[in-house]
Amino acid sequence: MAQRWRALVPTTISRSTTRSAVAAMIGVLLMIAGCTSDRRTESAGALKVPKGPASGHGDTTTVYQDDGLWVRPAKDYASTRFSGLSQITNQNVQHLVAVGTMSTGVNKGHEAAPVVVNNTMYIITPYPNFVYALDLTKPGYPAKWVYKPKPVSASQGVACCDVVNRGLVYDAGRLFFNTLDGRTIALDANTGAEIWMTQVGNINLGESMTMAPLVAKGRVMVGISGGEFGIRGFMAGLDEGSGKIVWKAYHTGPDKDVLIGPNFKPFYAMDRGTDLGVTSWPADQWKIGGAGAWGWISYDPALDLIYYGTANPGPWNPEVRPGDNKWSSTVFARRPETGEAIWAYQTTPHDVHDYDGINESILVDLPWQGRTRKVMLRPERNGYLYVIDRSTGEVLSAQPFGYINTTHGVDLKTGRLQYNPDKAPVAGQVVRDICPAAPGTKDWQPSAYSPRTGLLYIPHQNLCEDVESVEANYIAGTPYVGMNVKMYAGPGGYRGALDAWDPVAAHKVWSVTEDLPVWSGALVTAGDVVFYGTMDGWFKALDARTGRALWKFKCGSGIIGQPMTYKGPDGKQYVAVLAGVGGWSGAVVAGMLDTRDSSSALGFVNAMKDLPQKSTPGGILYVFALP
Amino acid sequence: MFSRSPDRVTRGLRALRPRGGAPLLLATLLLLAAACEREQRRFVESPPSATPTGQLLTVSQLQPGPAYITADVEAPYDDNAWAVSQGQTLFTSMNCVGCHFHGGGGIGPALMDDQWIYGSAPEQIFASIAEGRPNGMPAWKYKLSDQQIWMLVSYVRSLSGLIPKGARPGRSDHMMLTTPPTSTAPAHPKMTTVP
Repeated sequence: MAQRWRALVPTTISRSTTRSAVAAMIGVLLMIAGCTSDRRTESAGALKVPKGPASGHGDTTTVYQDDGLWVRPAKDYASTRFSGLSQITNQNVQHLVAVGTMSTGVNKGHEAAPVVVNNTMYIITPYPNFVYALDLTKPGYPAKWVYKPKPVSASQGVACCDVVNRGLVYDAGRLFFNTLDGRTIALDANTGAEIWMTQVGNINLGESMTMAPLVAKGRVMVGISGGEFGIRGFMAGLDEGSGKIVWKAYHTGPDKDVLIGPNFKPFYAMDRGTDLGVTSWPADQWKIGGAGAWGWISYDPALDLIYYGTANPGPWNPEVRPGDNKWSSTVFARRPETGEAIWAYQTTPHDVHDYDGINESILVDLPWQGRTRKVMLRPERNGYLYVIDRSTGEVLSAQPFGYINTTHGVDLKTGRLQYNPDKAPVAGQVVRDICPAAPGTKDWQPSAYSPRTGLLYIPHQNLCEDVESVEANYIAGTPYVGMNVKMYAGPGGYRGALDAWDPVAAHKVWSVTEDLPVWSGALVTAGDVVFYGTMDGWFKALDARTGRALWKFKCGSGIIGQPMTYKGPDGKQYVAVLAGVGGWSGAVVAGMLDTRDSSSALGFVNAMKDLPQKSTPGGILYVFALP
Repeated sequence: MFSRSPDRVTRGLRALRPRGGAPLLLATLLLLAAACEREQRRFVESPPSATPTGQLLTVSQLQPGPAYITADVEAPYDDNAWAVSQGQTLFTSMNCVGCHFHGGGGIGPALMDDQWIYGSAPEQIFASIAEGRPNGMPAWKYKLSDQQIWMLVSYVRSLSGLIPKGARPGRSDHMMLTTPPTSTAPAHPKMTTVP
């Protein structure tokens, strides 16, 4: 089984940059960083692999394979969220107990994953984006340092769906993260001292930042949020040493802005052409067309490609933007060093239902019709589980993993999503029973893939909606939506589920339904345990093979964070998660909204009227272990 | 302040009762007069009502010292249905609805409940719109005229039933929701420092 389902788990380890090379590049900054001692400790138990091609920026790819560590929200570059740790198993997980807690001091939606390296746990909170470094070697995990970036408070006014942050990343002695007001910051992981800070977004254009960066090939890659504010979305690659913006790839506009050049080879004809980012829009509409990037980036070191999806086009009212609206809701493959686009595939052309394409790409090598294919698995917001050849962008399969009535399927010859015109919003009408609703069959909450079971564990929701499309008025820095929305539970009456999906057979193996949307990430371990949390605060463990409920613990607030696992200084396996309800789904609690207005929070409140009775706001770290 | 208009009508009716002669005619005239107020369009604003009394504006209810000064600014349009409906239109076209939705809130706080971070008094709401507030509320004073802001003030107050029922919009500007501001029960802040 394990051989058959070989996940692409990266194999390189510690940073191989020489000090002189770094010094040549960043001079004084290195003195501030002082990361030499750090490098020594993290290399314990680590492997060095041959360098990648020289980047010209004094850096090479750093990958951490040690399962005791957890250096980025997705665990590895392939975004498997699979840990090889196996002390906690489906046989003993019922004995798990909480061994540590900490209040973050923030009562908004906690979507981030804790990161553990060098016996230190790093946590980033929602706005105001506090960063904590907790000493795991001491009882009670006291803070080594706290960093407060003090984002501009007005930035809360351009965050569409609660003031979340999806995590920080560690690389070579430094932490990298974004702040709500559009800054990317690098800190010394040992001291919390600021190394560099770059203003990437502008709140007066409706831009904010919520995603976790990805660091690869000496680049810190970050994207912009604000598809509901008429932004012009982009992804940027910052120099890891200096923070300087090396490349910026817009997601609308002429090819030169999108970093589309002679090496751009999309698989499908619909994605080929000149300046499609201009011609697939009405005149000038691309300048305020949304298509941010606020989700997940994966990286394949062998192909040297990063993969990520772009967000929804704006405004939601689709009648003002006829055309495919490229490159919204599109998967991009780019070179990390230059940002150059290699291929693109628009999963949802001319999106009419807010089906962003920002979900995670899980990179695995699968047996496919007699041979092994390098693929990515994408549980897409539009409801299809895509298996895509990650070298070329060819769609191998696209099967629904939830109830869909907005589209009929994906034409694998043309790659095109087949819309059901009856569910398209029309001005002056209320269109009812649109499934899935705006958050899609699955939103940002990341899946986990176990190479042991060959299954993808997908946390998602089951919601439908009524919409009324109205005039949208662009005023920079204010919402640009043009849609009244009212969501409710989908068929079956439940609002969430955690599914185990076989990507080769393209069907569901088992499913655990939940009353509330499952808005937390998933984690799977070599002990064959799947962890996830519910919005009413239960942290749960399931058997990865059967879906049988094995253990649960009630946390102090609803869970929308990403569980992770690590090996403590004592050699024991720990599991950690942040509780703290919020996000788009939990805005009714985090923002104290009024449930009498069914259009509140872009219509999500109507589906969550009972949440204030089921969870209070909070922000608490929980650490669990076997006694 | 918000109950001024109905009071006037009740008082007028009470005064009419003993006479008996032409009460119907007078009552009709009074109602017409009230209706005129409700429907009146103002094309010129007198300066005092067009700007809040900035010197008296406070956001905190706590005032050091014995004096308790209230601004007591009257919203010029709380009785004027036409102006409130203009406020409703502005609420959508200026994208207020994108953050506060139809009163329930989202990016910004709910406006139909009884919780007011910066105060429910007309001059306080005026200041919130004109000057903005630090946690994300944009400053609108260079985009909207004072008159437009006052229209928004009265519409915002209508969402929690703080203006006379007769002036509140009779229906929502959208088709999906069933509860217009007319049927919103008044939601006053629960506590006051005034004994």
